[in-house]
Amino acid sequence: MSEATFRGGVHPYEGKELSSDLPIKNVMPKGDMVFPMAQHIGAPAKPIVAKGDRVLVGQKIGEASGFISANICSSVSGTVKAVEPRMLLNGSKATCVVIENDDKYEGIEGLGEDRDYTKLSNDEIREIVKEAGVVGMGGAGFPTNVKLAPKEPEKIDYILVNGAECEPYLTSDYRQMLECPEEIVGGLRVILKLFDKAKGLICIEDNKPEAIAVMEKAVANESRMEVKVLKTKYPQGGERTLISAATGRKIYSAKLPADAGCIVDNISTVIAIYRAVCKQTPLITRVMTLTGDAFEKPVNVNVRLGCNHADLVEEGGGFKQDPAKIISGGPMMGFAMFDLNVPVTKTSSSILAMSRDEVAENEPSPCIRCGRCVAACPGNLVPQKMAQAVMHNDYETFVALNGMECYECGSCTYACPAKRPLTQTFKQARQYVAAQRRKK
Amino acid sequence: MSNLLNISSSPHVRDKSSTKSIMWDVFLALMPATIFGIGNFGIKAAVLIVACIATTVLTEYIWQKAMKLPLTVSDGSAAVTGLLLALNLSSTFPVWMAIIGSVFAIIIVKQLFGGLGQNFMNPALGARCFLMVSFAGKMTSFTYDGVTGATPLAMIKNGSGDPKLLDMFLGTIGGTIGETSTLALLIGAAYLLIRKVITWKIPVTYIVTFAIFALLFGGHGFDMMYLAKELCGGGLMLGAFFMATDYVTSPITPKGQIIFGILLGILTGVFRIFGASAEGVSYAIIICNLLVPLIERVTIPVPFGKEGIKDGK
Repeated sequence: MSEATFRGGVHPYEGKELSSDLPIKNVMPKGDMVFPMAQHIGAPAKPIVAKGDRVLVGQKIGEASGFISANICSSVSGTVKAVEPRMLLNGSKATCVVIENDDKYEGIEGLGEDRDYTKLSNDEIREIVKEAGVVGMGGAGFPTNVKLAPKEPEKIDYILVNGAECEPYLTSDYRQMLECPEEIVGGLRVILKLFDKAKGLICIEDNKPEAIAVMEKAVANESRMEVKVLKTKYPQGGERTLISAATGRKIYSAKLPADAGCIVDNISTVIAIYRAVCKQTPLITRVMTLTGDAFEKPVNVNVRLGCNHADLVEEGGGFKQDPAKIISGGPMMGFAMFDLNVPVTKTSSSILAMSRDEVAENEPSPCIRCGRCVAACPGNLVPQKMAQAVMHNDYETFVALNGMECYECGSCTYACPAKRPLTQTFKQARQYVAAQRRKK
Repeated sequence: MSNLLNISSSPHVRDKSSTKSIMWDVFLALMPATIFGIGNFGIKAAVLIVACIATTVLTEYIWQKAMKLPLTVSDGSAAVTGLLLALNLSSTFPVWMAIIGSVFAIIIVKQLFGGLGQNFMNPALGARCFLMVSFAGKMTSFTYDGVTGATPLAMIKNGSGDPKLLDMFLGTIGGTIGETSTLALLIGAAYLLIRKVITWKIPVTYIVTFAIFALLFGGHGFDMMYLAKELCGGGLMLGAFFMATDYVTSPITPKGQIIFGILLGILTGVFRIFGASAEGVSYAIIICNLLVPLIERVTIPVPFGKEGIKDGK
């Protein structure tokens, strides 16, 4: 059988060997913990603690402030030191709750205790997921309880667990598949309880044979679960490409996965659901990969949310050479950081320290119309023409060329031999067009 | 860590290939045909090749210097143009005329329209057609082994001779410097395909369409020998693999590339079979170059997931 895949995409250097064989190490935080109220898509949470308050591990400190919003829970016990604007990863400032860690890790009542999900109603499960502040941990940070409550739940027939981890270098999902498959299966069981007709597919790229073997063993006795092997290609783990490869269904920008009968959740997110529902533990930790050729000893770590990126560097043995660039996330869609003194959030998947900055090394030159961007685009777009339209400030043509269908995966820019910043152009144009539409 | 780090928009990694690496790949892929051409036609061919490359590179350099443009000679595109032009000339062509053609290719066809990536016509072919119009006699005079005679295709067309297929395949026959050896060209083409510099779409649709056209209208019925000679003769292989595939002047859309190839096949067939000359590849390619914007306009692909959906919403 040929492996499931999609048209387009690229094959960047994977770099996973740096950290793929290293077990997840538990890391205790140092210093003050900083919890941004905006670490998900949607409205920022509203702080519900004040300076001087004593908080416990797992205690809610930020309340979701709208339908698309998420709660924030403390990952340590201690005293609230301040509720003030602090700098975030992207350089903007936003309200954060700062907690002075008392190192006692005193938990809220019931924290970590078993709970039988079969005795809960579907609405109770959704409420628990919401209370626990679970959001999509693959990068987007979309509130999971909203995903789990589609308009027509009876039409959902596939739950896709995204273990593609197509971004180069990242190994956090891979390690979790190897080390805690029972939690992934447990989380998927909870989701499948919400959707009677659905089948659970754990989607893994074929460059992770060990994870495939472990997960296949884990689902051997599960009649409603299966491991789906996908071809290794970036961006296989993108929502649209994943749905298409796993089910043959296709959606575009105006559609949700639920329109194709699918719910897609990342490996870490499924584990977070399991812990929230079955272990009474809100989302307060996450697994990160500290990697890149500038790290002395790349490592996978389990960290408490709110800790400082700069404190994590020593976990990777420090830098063996000055990094030219540090990225939060993968090299294809991650965010370049200019300062490490920012807190780890629910969507921080890595610290990727590169000794070379390939962007700075490659000056853009004139487009030679080679068409590699067209071949690479998983959205079947024509990046060359879209970029030309944006350069001429012709946003109408940009939209007519389906520019708004771009989801900024970066494949075109990666493939471009003239090193043109195509993706950046589209990000800008999409923001501009979206802003214009809001004005109307 | 107090020093500020580099930031930029994602993605943060780039593929290894560059404009420069692609151009030098094309240059390298033309080497079998070039070396064979020099062996076949002697020192005169070598002089023409060197003159053309030197002129195109120097012209681009002087122009960019004079116009205070960034110098891009090292990207190799001018060198490729010079080499392609030389390979499209008869070995007896006067050097000074070739130099005029090289200057024309770089200044008129390429730089006046904005330089690399902006020319609407393949510079080497534009120059070849310019030379064809200006110096028709010299352009169509071919000497092989000291004997001036018609090209194999012309012989087949007017019945003045019956060239051997093996000679046409190996290239031990008259013609322009680079077009005679189908074998050498195919070696270069295979290199480009393996290196993924070109895809099969344009050359294959071009050659297949032309073959069908020749079978239907060639007047020789299903004569495979005739067909094989038509395929090996003239500039078809050189044109299909090295000039029709020129990125700048061919469609960027996958469907457009197939339409482009089909149009090339039909036009080449029309020119060769119904035209006055036995050749037709150059004109077919430059005419199709002009149609590229139109072809692209009607072949914008349907975005992922929007198949069968008319309206944008």
